[in-house]
Amino acid sequence: MGLPAEDQLSKVFAALADPTRRNMVTRLTESDATVNELAEPYDVSLQAVSKHLKVLEDAGLVTRSRDAQRRPAHFEAEVFDLMTKWIERYRRQAEQRYRRLDAVLAELGENTTEKDNNTGAES
Amino acid sequence: MTTTTHPDTTVVADDTVPAIHITREFNSSAAAVFRAHTDPDIFARWCGPHDLTTTIGTWDARTGGAWSYQSSDAEGNQYGFYGSFHEIRPDELIVQTFTFAGYPDGVALERVTFEELDDGRCRLRAMSLVDSFEARDAMISSGMEHGVKEGYEKLDKVLEGAHG
Repeated sequence: MGLPAEDQLSKVFAALADPTRRNMVTRLTESDATVNELAEPYDVSLQAVSKHLKVLEDAGLVTRSRDAQRRPAHFEAEVFDLMTKWIERYRRQAEQRYRRLDAVLAELGENTTEKDNNTGAES
Repeated sequence: MTTTTHPDTTVVADDTVPAIHITREFNSSAAAVFRAHTDPDIFARWCGPHDLTTTIGTWDARTGGAWSYQSSDAEGNQYGFYGSFHEIRPDELIVQTFTFAGYPDGVALERVTFEELDDGRCRLRAMSLVDSFEARDAMISSGMEHGVKEGYEKLDKVLEGAHG
């Protein structure tokens, strides 16, 4: 918390929470596109598309070239990859935990026949 | 799209609510895996990372009961966790809350289901819900002190390029 980059990651998650923006990102993974091109499949105003694009830009997921007249939007795959990496790390931690559980279950399986399940209150 | 799949554990960061979904299959019955979550002695054997020792405090695995445990490392640092067992349905379901004692204002709502499969196997599904995407993202990035800093630096660089 508090670190600017961490806020940025939150922005990435929040930006992707919207289905229209997710579709726009999917479209942009194929190739760069202008606001007009991005608006085509939707029944929404160019302003609405620009607004979504701004959210994606603020999250760092999309950049727009300054020089070109059309200012096509470009998908920044690296930011997206980073997020995927963090989740993969989290997944590996969960997997390690469950492998420990596998081992415990294997040990228990050798000398128990359950049926005293939902105890617990002791100590 | 924020999904990572693997033959073993699957993790999904929910796009619509600040939740994490985990799915995992076990070569044991639903009853055995349920018991490993509700019996304090068994739970203590697998819950923490290898380098931490888990000491159970309160443990009353019944609907309306409570739990707590402490994790200690070799240097003697202690991390406390506690919560309530909100709903316990033997061999099927656990709904509980989870709080890190170092941040008592934060709480996760956890729902774990145990589904019997063929051949004595079972599928566990765990959902952890918190009250903001920021808190969820902090959960995902926690315990990664080494990698995370490097990640920030990389992200900073990418963003610098994007705005510069």
